[in-house]
Amino acid sequence: MGAVATRAAPRLPKTVYQSDPLAESPASDLQAILDAFRGRHDAVVALLQEIQGRYGYLPLRALQYAARELAIPLSRIYGVATFYNQFQFSPPGRYVIQICRGTACHVAGSSKLLTSTEAALGIRQDESTPDRLFSLRTVACLGCCSLAPVIVVGRDVHGMLSPERIGHILEEYRQRVDEVEA
Amino acid sequence: MISSEAVGPRSGTPLRGAHAVLHARQQFEQTLAAVPRRYMVCAGTGCVSNGSLQVLEALRQATAGQVAHADEAAAGLTAPVTITGCHGFCAKGPLVRVEPHGMLCTGVRPEHVPDLLRALKTTGEPPDDLLYRDPLTGQAHIREHDVPFYRHQIRITLHNCGVIDPEDIRTYIARGGYAALARCLFDLTPDDVIGTVMTSRLRGRGGAGYPTGQKWELTRRPAAARRFVICNGDEGDPGAFMDRSIMEGDPHAVLEGMIIAGFAIGASEGYVYVRHEYPLAVHRLARAVQEANAWGVLGDSVLGTGFAFQIHIREGAGAFVSGEETALIRSIQGERATPYMRPPYPSQRGLWGAPTCINNVETLATVPLIFTRGAEWYAGLGTQSSGGTKVFALTGAIQNTGLVEVPLGTSLRHIVENIGGGARPGRHVKAVQIGGPSGGCLPAVLLDTPVDYQDLQETGAIMGSGGLVVADDATCMVDLARYFLSFTQDESCGKCVPCRIGTRKMLGTLERITRGEGRPEDPDDLERLARAVCSTSLCGLGRTAPNPVLTTLRYFREEFEAHIHTRHCPAGACDALARGQA
Repeated sequence: MGAVATRAAPRLPKTVYQSDPLAESPASDLQAILDAFRGRHDAVVALLQEIQGRYGYLPLRALQYAARELAIPLSRIYGVATFYNQFQFSPPGRYVIQICRGTACHVAGSSKLLTSTEAALGIRQDESTPDRLFSLRTVACLGCCSLAPVIVVGRDVHGMLSPERIGHILEEYRQRVDEVEA
Repeated sequence: MISSEAVGPRSGTPLRGAHAVLHARQQFEQTLAAVPRRYMVCAGTGCVSNGSLQVLEALRQATAGQVAHADEAAAGLTAPVTITGCHGFCAKGPLVRVEPHGMLCTGVRPEHVPDLLRALKTTGEPPDDLLYRDPLTGQAHIREHDVPFYRHQIRITLHNCGVIDPEDIRTYIARGGYAALARCLFDLTPDDVIGTVMTSRLRGRGGAGYPTGQKWELTRRPAAARRFVICNGDEGDPGAFMDRSIMEGDPHAVLEGMIIAGFAIGASEGYVYVRHEYPLAVHRLARAVQEANAWGVLGDSVLGTGFAFQIHIREGAGAFVSGEETALIRSIQGERATPYMRPPYPSQRGLWGAPTCINNVETLATVPLIFTRGAEWYAGLGTQSSGGTKVFALTGAIQNTGLVEVPLGTSLRHIVENIGGGARPGRHVKAVQIGGPSGGCLPAVLLDTPVDYQDLQETGAIMGSGGLVVADDATCMVDLARYFLSFTQDESCGKCVPCRIGTRKMLGTLERITRGEGRPEDPDDLERLARAVCSTSLCGLGRTAPNPVLTTLRYFREEFEAHIHTRHCPAGACDALARGQA
């Protein structure tokens, strides 16, 4: 806690006047998403959810296309995107680790879980490992309070954890990847 | 996700007319009653995380071939193994209940399944090691309602949770579902409906406790071309999962409540706003909307009456403040979820400027019961000022955690000691945190306070949405206050100055105290600032954010003093001030 902006937001690049970056029409899957929202200025949140569902994060280029195609100011799209915790501006790792920071988890020691996960991965929250295997995030409450403290890795929920077990769990996922690639 | 889901073979013929629901109920009830033994596997988030779906699969395989071949209409209903929503007793999951007789099996693993089936065949009871054992007396309980955790509750709003298959509308109808809707549409006028809700003295279960009938009346009054019903499922309080369990376990009750509200206020469209952190709730609601449309209890002509009502599902995107009603409206409109000044209230000018009725999930899920079981009956369950029951998410440092429903006016002690089983061995209950980041910490000496909107307010806490976290002697109250404030500070939308800057200042002070750098004037400064933030913030978030600090200062001031004057954390929880280090 402490810093004003807790999430890394992308810096909009300086305009390069050599050629229009959006000269090409958008990829067909992006086009399909945008077509579904044409004329619906009300649905920026749902639009961003669709785009993130497709790419795993919000690529700047996709937002620029959305602004142009749907005639919504990019500033407005960007304002909405940075407001909500769900939206990410960099590609997530293969496994997104979410550490629950709910009350029950806090009382059960989730802050120690967070520090030991950060130590085990060598990254801070809202960052990804250099090999893009893990991303680390916190979540306000997952609602599995009876299993506190809880973390979610990908889609798997791990409950009643202790900081010591974090290493084993991470190792499981590393092995899973090794097996797939072997 | 929502549009690609197929309804499957359960589409059914739309129900039409005054008696269609009743006839359908009789038919489904008979079909269900003909199944000699059923295994109800809890598929709530807690049990699924614990591996209940593997248990489901193992039970299905073990009982394959026991499916009686029935006609098309009964397909699925006669299955011996079904999923249900949250049974509530999450700490002992995965849970399986065996019907008839309501026998409860706890901590079931796939490898227990052969034993379970064998024991049921020979003795008629589950094997000993799957039974719940009272940690105090060591006594084993076979039937669910003998288990102290359940015995001390009165389950009204949760009466279907853990009983019906939330993905099969017929099991809801078999339990009397949509009968209230039929009654409202065919026997009552919108005025009657609102009058009945007023008689029940139902108050908003989202936290503020505004009388529901009055809210409906206010939304109905202004002249308008269109109106909306919004179900607020943005359950953001950390430590609260009542609404999630209802949406996952009994989604049709929420829809039925919304349709009745729509009929009463004259709306033809409704939105359910659900947190994106609850994917299972979104899935179950989406499925329920499809089924309700297919069965004609939702859509262009509800039950053939010509009354049209549509329900849309909107997923939140992760912002605590969007649970605030004006912020929620902005979020549905696709904007940043920043609140705006009231009046005008949403009941006057809400979504797209139209009169809008916003009710919480638990409130709406309670509405059908008021019509099937009677407004007077419901009112009689509560206290003088507020009728009925309230669901709490009981968590923290106690024996039994889970979902708990009690009549309003029940004492906190009853919830913590009788239902929750008290503190863990060797520990004692120090405080109860009620109402989440907007609520307060009450010391153990106040455990006899009844849970009622009025009584709780007098202690400085609030009823809130229903999060109830028990703290024991290993919990540092200063740290807990710091925790809540770090949450609200992070979630403050930044629109108004008192909340944006005030929460930062308070958090800074609390962080300093827990680091062992507190100053003697800190408690008084905190209190002054907290009162200023309370009285000048724009929305409920800022106005209630200081409550955890104020109540901690009021009841646990000695812990502040210990941190500040002797640089000592009595609970040994603050790392910088480890026990014994002065």
